[in-house]
Amino acid sequence: MKTFKIGGVHPSESKLSAKSPIRRAGLPKQAVISLYQHIGAPAKPVVAKGDEVKVGMLIAEADGFVSVPIHSSVSGKVNKIDAVVDASGYRRPAIFVDVEGDEWESSIDQSEDLVTLADHPELTPETIIGKVKAAGIVGMGGATFPCHVKLSPPKGTKAECVIINAVECEPYLTADHRLMLEKPDEILVGTELVMKAVGVEKGYIGIENNKPDAISLLAERVKQHPHIEIVPLQVKYPQGGEKQLIAAVTGREVPAPPALPIHVGAVVQNVGTTFAIYEAVMKNKPLFERVITVTGKDLRQPSNLLARIGTPMSQLIEECGGLPGDTGKVIGGGPMMGKALMHLDVPVCKGSSGLLLLGEREARRKAPQPCIRCAKCVSACPMGLEPYLLATASSLRKWDVAEENGITSCIECGSCQFTCPSARPILDNVRMGKATVMALIRARNAK
Amino acid sequence: MAKKLIVSLSPHVHTRDSVQRNMYGVCIALIPALLTSLYFFGIGAAVVLLTSVASCVFFEWAIAKFILKREEVTVTDGSAVLTGLLLGFNLPSNLPVWIIIIGALVAIGVGKMTFGGLGCNPFNPALVGRVFLLVSFPVQMTTWPVPGQIGSYLDAETAATPLAVMKTAIKSGDASVLDQLPSSIDLLVGQTGGCLGEVSALALLIGLAYMLARHIITWHIPVSILATVFVLSGALHWADPVYASPVTVLLTGGMMLGACFMATDYVTSPMTAKGQVIYGISIGFLTVVIRTFGAYPEGMSFAILIMNAFTPLINTYCKPKRFGEVLKK
Repeated sequence: MKTFKIGGVHPSESKLSAKSPIRRAGLPKQAVISLYQHIGAPAKPVVAKGDEVKVGMLIAEADGFVSVPIHSSVSGKVNKIDAVVDASGYRRPAIFVDVEGDEWESSIDQSEDLVTLADHPELTPETIIGKVKAAGIVGMGGATFPCHVKLSPPKGTKAECVIINAVECEPYLTADHRLMLEKPDEILVGTELVMKAVGVEKGYIGIENNKPDAISLLAERVKQHPHIEIVPLQVKYPQGGEKQLIAAVTGREVPAPPALPIHVGAVVQNVGTTFAIYEAVMKNKPLFERVITVTGKDLRQPSNLLARIGTPMSQLIEECGGLPGDTGKVIGGGPMMGKALMHLDVPVCKGSSGLLLLGEREARRKAPQPCIRCAKCVSACPMGLEPYLLATASSLRKWDVAEENGITSCIECGSCQFTCPSARPILDNVRMGKATVMALIRARNAK
Repeated sequence: MAKKLIVSLSPHVHTRDSVQRNMYGVCIALIPALLTSLYFFGIGAAVVLLTSVASCVFFEWAIAKFILKREEVTVTDGSAVLTGLLLGFNLPSNLPVWIIIIGALVAIGVGKMTFGGLGCNPFNPALVGRVFLLVSFPVQMTTWPVPGQIGSYLDAETAATPLAVMKTAIKSGDASVLDQLPSSIDLLVGQTGGCLGEVSALALLIGLAYMLARHIITWHIPVSILATVFVLSGALHWADPVYASPVTVLLTGGMMLGACFMATDYVTSPMTAKGQVIYGISIGFLTVVIRTFGAYPEGMSFAILIMNAFTPLINTYCKPKRFGEVLKK
């Protein structure tokens, strides 16, 4: 069974909602649609207070190449454009829409019928990328990088294969798993669309073997798609990391930054993103709703909900049985890389893959003890770095030592801190050091 | 909003591993050796081990509280207990209590706490204590009781150990001296003289297997030490039978205790797999050189301490293979 070679850890999987079919979340009373739902320049609003909007209507346009437009997820009236504390913890501008009814743009095909590539022989790579861009699609695994940028490889590079990231290595999360079980054909057509967009003949779908039902279902359906291969992978965190997935599937390692996956010929898309691409191209449906796993050991009904962007997290928790009494921490995303939310009214964004509730006891960090130099962080690091050294260099502000030892290669997966017997805040320090070193490098290059 | 949420950076979950789990894990791995030492040396072993553990824990507590004036005194992390056990294992079972207490003071006081306590010491504290005693009290430290005298402590009958026999053979150049050595089976089980924790290679190997199974240590250090010693002493034995056979060399003295428990100390060994192999090979090499050509019959402790000093250097030059370092096309 394939996997990546360097490092990795095995957190307890805790996939509580794996058997829970995707169900539609109710419409919010007011949708709060953030303008910062992607990496890059924020979107520019094209609506004003009092405007009527429909589901799927453009409400903010992309501001530059690395940016995406945003569409209304509800129908109703724009109440205001104001700041909201979002999942990142920052106050950022958002469009508040008071919901009235549920009227969709007529251009959107709301039927459940499967549309295949054979139905649309006229599709060219340019039209696919154009539709993806217009639909405002971003990486839905959590990175939220604009999708059309990844589909447009820079000059001088050539894509050789497309890899669909269906690993879902974060504990607890099951949104991608359920999507594969319920929309396998759509995902396969989406994969073909990505392959056509970047002009390659080979597509892989990498799935960890803790999802045998998804592997066997896709393996059955893939028979109609001879250029796509299902690749079962040994369970290991962080296999869903882009570089780790490429290494696991192709055996090729992406060199240190500034090299990109495309330099080893790989284009990677998350499985949720692939489904969104299918809907955008074949159903004319912009990205305004997504599947989100709402889970937690004390939650009455861990679920996978299809929620409109802008729905407050508190409403999703209510639909899963309400907030458990001893909740200590609410995490947007998974437990390894997700962000702890400041309050419960954070709206669902394009990158919201999960909502995890941790009990008071589990939420508190253990008190750190001295480093006993056990080297477990070195063995765990999937990038082949020495986390203990980077953390020490960062806390001593020795930026040159941190840079020499490859701090900018850190993918912030958290394996080091997860595995540390002394419960040291390794990644906290490395993050700080990495941000500083990156700023120093930028300043140096600007000269 | 009424409910206050905890906000911290990811990762939000943590393995169940802890310093205690590792330290007490090593202590558990020492239990087979502890039982064999009690079986062969009885009261003597019990007195030495109890004194050693109790005084190590006491000195760590007292130094942290009264000299370093730390607010939190962490003697419960298991590291002082482990140092005490390992120091005791490295002593003859007829050593007087006052000498053991001096050893514990040097191990914890000089070897560990002067550098700042857990995680900061460059040298293995138990070995610092043992080597200090060895050079300060050479007579008491090199007369070992004959195993099997369960009821005796200071009055135990002593005899030459296999290592001394091997040294005599080398000095006299007479290979027939080696016939006095116990059989390999006796060496494996522990029916031989020596420090109380090192007599049974088998018990120590069981402990090693336990530590490997629980992922407390990796194989790199013990295997590279033992393989190096086997190859080097095999070459010597093949060249001249006055040098004992490689199997005998592996099973005698502090070889197993050193390779499995002393050299693998987290704090004082290198951080990368490559570094650990270099460290292990160097320890094996130095041990054979000291045992064969040096003044002392045993070289393990010195070899480990010498390589402890090289650990920072090894860490500087032995880096793990970075992801994407060699681009495969």
